[in-house]
Amino acid sequence: MQETISFTPQLGASAITGMLWLIPAVPIVASGVIAVLKQPKRKSASTLAIGALAFSLLLSLIAFGHVLSGWSHGQAVRETANFTWLQFGTTNVDLGWVLDPLSAVMLVMVTFVGLLIFIYSTGYMAQDENYTRFFCFLSLFAGGMLGVVIANSILLLFMSWEIVGLASYLLIGFWYLKPSAVAAANKAFLTTRVGDVFFLLGIVWLFSQTGTLLFYNGGAGSIEANALMALLHQHAALGLSAAGAIGLLIFAGAAGKSGQFPLHVWLPDAMEGPTPVSALIHAATMVAAGVYLIARVYPLMQAGALTGGTTTALTVVTWVGAFTAVFAALIAVAQNDIKRILAYSTVSQLGYMMAGLGMGGVAVGMFHLITHAFFKALLFMGAGSVIHGCHEEQDIRRMGGLKSDMPATFVTYSIGMLALCGFPLLFSGFWSKDGILEAAQHFSVSKVPFYMLVFGALLTAFYMTRQVSYVFFGVNRGAKNAHESPRAMTVPLAILAFFAMALGLIGTPAWPWFRGFLEGHSVNFEWSGFNEPGLLALMATSTVVVLLGLVLGWRLYGDNTPRPDESDVLERAMPLPWKWLHDRLYMDELYGMTVIAFYGWWAKVADWLDRRVWGGAVGAVAWAFGLWAQLNRFLDTNVVDGSFDKGCEELSTGGGLLSRMQSGRVQTYLRLLALAVVALAAILIWSSRA
Amino acid sequence: MNPLTGYLLVAALLFAIGLAGALTRRNAILVLIGIELMLNAANLNLIAFWRYGPHPQALTGQPDPLTGMMFAIFSIAVAAAEAAVGLGLVIQIHRHAHTTDLDAMNRMKG
Repeated sequence: MQETISFTPQLGASAITGMLWLIPAVPIVASGVIAVLKQPKRKSASTLAIGALAFSLLLSLIAFGHVLSGWSHGQAVRETANFTWLQFGTTNVDLGWVLDPLSAVMLVMVTFVGLLIFIYSTGYMAQDENYTRFFCFLSLFAGGMLGVVIANSILLLFMSWEIVGLASYLLIGFWYLKPSAVAAANKAFLTTRVGDVFFLLGIVWLFSQTGTLLFYNGGAGSIEANALMALLHQHAALGLSAAGAIGLLIFAGAAGKSGQFPLHVWLPDAMEGPTPVSALIHAATMVAAGVYLIARVYPLMQAGALTGGTTTALTVVTWVGAFTAVFAALIAVAQNDIKRILAYSTVSQLGYMMAGLGMGGVAVGMFHLITHAFFKALLFMGAGSVIHGCHEEQDIRRMGGLKSDMPATFVTYSIGMLALCGFPLLFSGFWSKDGILEAAQHFSVSKVPFYMLVFGALLTAFYMTRQVSYVFFGVNRGAKNAHESPRAMTVPLAILAFFAMALGLIGTPAWPWFRGFLEGHSVNFEWSGFNEPGLLALMATSTVVVLLGLVLGWRLYGDNTPRPDESDVLERAMPLPWKWLHDRLYMDELYGMTVIAFYGWWAKVADWLDRRVWGGAVGAVAWAFGLWAQLNRFLDTNVVDGSFDKGCEELSTGGGLLSRMQSGRVQTYLRLLALAVVALAAILIWSSRA
Repeated sequence: MNPLTGYLLVAALLFAIGLAGALTRRNAILVLIGIELMLNAANLNLIAFWRYGPHPQALTGQPDPLTGMMFAIFSIAVAAAEAAVGLGLVIQIHRHAHTTDLDAMNRMKG
């Protein structure tokens, strides 16, 4: 288990932390500006997006340098800048950002990989009519992800998280004239929404218990020791503490974004978007958000663990991760779409990261996240280059023999593939995967995850060999006039290929720089790092497993990949399991028959209720009021109006009679006056007599 | 029969003649004359009550403050003004309608 990390106490935020908000803000503002640009302003749109992200990269590097310079004497930097956003009565809604090794590493990774993908997009999307819109969404996506990374407030994190969700929806459905793209966009949005509901519940629970939205706030934050002690002493259902239950809810949100079983179904379909989007979603941003979230709230997940022990929440994370890793790798074996294979491999690798987080702590999971971001971006962009070169062909059965047509793509793709497989020593994937396997070996609960992950590694090597054989070796089976891609696409590939190899150096057992950086203890280069008991044996095992997968794949496919009309080697050997795997183990069908069928049925029930019950009730009320209105009208016309009219008529008749008296003759009036005086006099005299 | 009753009877007679004239004559000038008669009947009453009325000064023979006399003089002055206005109106009516017949002046009716 991870040791307790000591961080330098925060003495007010430095200027760099204060300016940290610029990193996500600049791409988001750029996205807003691009949104109001006219469609033909292609050049300015891409320049603006790339410029904004390059600026963010620069700021990220400065922030990274700041963290690096503060890392000494077994201490790590953690600086926050918090402010109150809203105030309801005595409740403060706080936002803020945090600069610590975790966020610094992620910032550099996201901006760097994102920038390469942006540059690559200028080549890939060059023919697209909606180039401007594409860069608008891309920039928003990157900005949202950077917001997730810097957030020190779970509310700010959630808001950025939703920006990422929105942007992914827009980008997956970018070619909105394709019905499948629209369906995939909806599926991604709705599936992640399932996780987000749990996430939101977790946020509300955490807020209600700790009274603060901030992660770190000089001892008063929600994942600092005081709050965690309080959470541990509260009991939720099923023997979980409140900390464990909130951790599980947050993990459900992370599982939705990071494509963990059973919420992984959207991820393979997200291939419907343009390939740079797939690279961005699968490597740098969206799926990394879930893993990063778990790393960010790791103290919460880990709360209550004894030394060398684990918690319920982490055990769940481990099991889900390990299961997803094997499950997705199995499906990837039997897919024929070049991007779909990579998508399932992403799901599988995310399972590794989750398992790594669950068993080995933040450094193990995050190291795999970073290395994976580089080689998976490389693979996706390589796949995009292949698709581009083959005139939008995505079926690997109709490719083949491309290694001579597209040499640069072939070399870089192979590097990415070997890194993903975890080819020994030279490639980063080997070291990061080894870290996870080592953690799994020491996992106290069960050894099963270890075997699952080893099996997953075998499958990974196998399906990647199969894919590369299909695409680059053998004879060309249909891709006419395949051509190498432009420089805007191959140069980013080369840069990523370099990092896919070089990044491994910062995480070897001899020089665990990455772990030291994240955990804040000093690191020395010493060969004795390899002398830990069982480590060499483990490395040997993993090497053997990878080689076995590669050899097996090469023997089965190699230069003899079948023609499009022939069936796969494995399909001939075992048709039934092949069909299951090819149909993605019927997860979509299962959801179609359960969740979606239930919603369909429920919608019908609701419709019936609406029409018959509520509609009937409303209709009856309306009818009763209609009747009442009829009665009122009758009363009005015949009683009220009648009497009023009658009164008016009487008044008019009386007025007519009186007006006749007014003859205009002065003497008549005088006579009346005289008579009245006489009468008055008579009355007065009469009454005085009495 | 004390002197007051005699004066009052004369005044009443005068008033009745004036009223009859005002009510029955058609000529506007004659109606005005009738009104003047009624006014003077009232003046006669004022003087009579001043001289013989039941007020303390009349009974005790105290020096008289000329109240009734002044009242009558005011009344005559008002009557003169009224006659002037009335005759002015009659002249205007005559110019307007070429008649002084009151029955023809009936346009103010409902």
